[in-house]
Amino acid sequence: MSTVTIPRLPAGRTLRLGGSRIVNEVRGYFRQGDSVFFTFLFPLVMLAIFSTAFSNQSFGTDDSGAAVSAAAYYLPGMLAAGLLLSGLQNLAVDIANERSDGTLKRLAGTPLPVVSYFIGKIGQVLVTGIAQAALLLLVASVVFGVALPDEPGKWATFAWVFVLGVTTSAVLGIALSRVPRSGKSATAVVIPIVLVLQFISGVYLGFNQLPEWLQNVASIFPLKWLAQGMRAVFLPANYESEEPGGAWNLDGVLVATSLWLVVGLVVCRLTFRWIRKDS
Amino acid sequence: MTNPDSAVSVRDLRKTYGKFTALDGVSFDIHRGETFALLGPNGAGKSTTIEILEGYRDRTSGDVHVLGVDPGTGSLDWKAQLGIVLQSTGESGAVTVREQLAHFAGFYPNPRDVDEVIAAVGLEAKASTLIRKLSGGQRRRVDVALGIIGSPTLLFLDEPTTGFDPESRRQFWQLITSLKNEGTTILLTTHYLDEAAHLGDRAGIIAGGTLIDIGTIDAIGGADARVPLVRWVDGGVQREARTAEPSTLVAQLVRDNGGAELDALEVVRPSLEDIYLRLVAEYETAVAK
Repeated sequence: MSTVTIPRLPAGRTLRLGGSRIVNEVRGYFRQGDSVFFTFLFPLVMLAIFSTAFSNQSFGTDDSGAAVSAAAYYLPGMLAAGLLLSGLQNLAVDIANERSDGTLKRLAGTPLPVVSYFIGKIGQVLVTGIAQAALLLLVASVVFGVALPDEPGKWATFAWVFVLGVTTSAVLGIALSRVPRSGKSATAVVIPIVLVLQFISGVYLGFNQLPEWLQNVASIFPLKWLAQGMRAVFLPANYESEEPGGAWNLDGVLVATSLWLVVGLVVCRLTFRWIRKDS
Repeated sequence: MTNPDSAVSVRDLRKTYGKFTALDGVSFDIHRGETFALLGPNGAGKSTTIEILEGYRDRTSGDVHVLGVDPGTGSLDWKAQLGIVLQSTGESGAVTVREQLAHFAGFYPNPRDVDEVIAAVGLEAKASTLIRKLSGGQRRRVDVALGIIGSPTLLFLDEPTTGFDPESRRQFWQLITSLKNEGTTILLTTHYLDEAAHLGDRAGIIAGGTLIDIGTIDAIGGADARVPLVRWVDGGVQREARTAEPSTLVAQLVRDNGGAELDALEVVRPSLEDIYLRLVAEYETAVAK
């Protein structure tokens, strides 16, 4: 038998290294100009453009008859788009690049647990997603004068839609990162998916303006549900009648998003490898 | 049977990709504390071998043990004993040299001191520079630093000095020599035969997926390969002769020349490079037949 003894690593390092990965990931994220612009600031830029360009258009009135501004109308959609960009777009492109440029191969040769790596990625998405949402809310409220809800129940809804949404989006991004064959093709594969979803899910175009068949197609994907959850939080109560079925349908948001989370987790478990072993 | 006392033990290792045979029955051992140079032309199977040992590739057949463990099923405990310097990397490098090393040091149970490692690879002046702003040779030194940060028992160096200037290469040799003196086992691949001769204790030469020779650096290729070569020019014609007694031959030539100096006289002891080139050429001629 072998005379070589390999010392055991101490227990409990998975979480500690996960924390260390989060710091490393967040630092790297904010030092990449393209990720800061196309992922972090993009919903803010779109909100600013839409709020300014459509400032003279009517987006309806609330229960008391006060006009709803363009900024107030678009805020929920941009928050939902932020979830998709910070999670799915960010991680799908980021991990495809890391697979392509040798980062994953290098990590695979170290005693870093895979779970710590994922804690780092999802932690990065949480940190940057929270900062992004905070910035969107701040700008909407301070610059564009959007009145934010004051009922704690609305904020509780926001909290669970946000956390469930950003986690699902992150997990789906990890799953999607397997699809591009190289880092160079990653944005070409990922951006069209993200863009089409945003157009059909009520981010840029009012969901009630889409034909019913397109609404049905969009309902297969999670972004439609996240945008709907955000509208339930930020739009006046009388807008509920314009939703499909005339209801915010938060149960539907919970079920559809959770299903996508489970699908994403299963796909990650089955397909994630540090490297393509025999390429 | 693999040898459990060896740091690396390989028996009849085969690797095929479809119909292509990359490795066709390779066997060798690397003893503990030894520096072993794996040499061979591009495409001979060096990187395939080293990547199987590192656990990056699956093998088709054969027995492989690295620190007593089958690399196909190596655990994190096992990986903590290894240092790996891959052949090429192109990471985005949005962290500084010191940040990257401090981060990786945290992965290992007994890491080296970050600043000592930065000094050992000669990057003190660049410690706070983003890795993406370094030159190719400087980035390569970061790769080497990441390979040794965890105080590995076994260090894999796959063409570590590609892109180094001569001064950096000498500095790197000193670093590797100090690691050897601390007892680190090293597997080195390189295209610089002087590097292999300077650092290696033993070498294996791989060509066409088979090991064509293996031995200590001063014995590989056999005694005949080391017979000195005397070259001179006689009446405008290049002449050469192999002899174990070059001084005697030169004295004889001078006498024959009426005591006058010989033109362009050289006495050459075949270097590892000469021996390597001859072995590979012989192999290729044999395969062609």
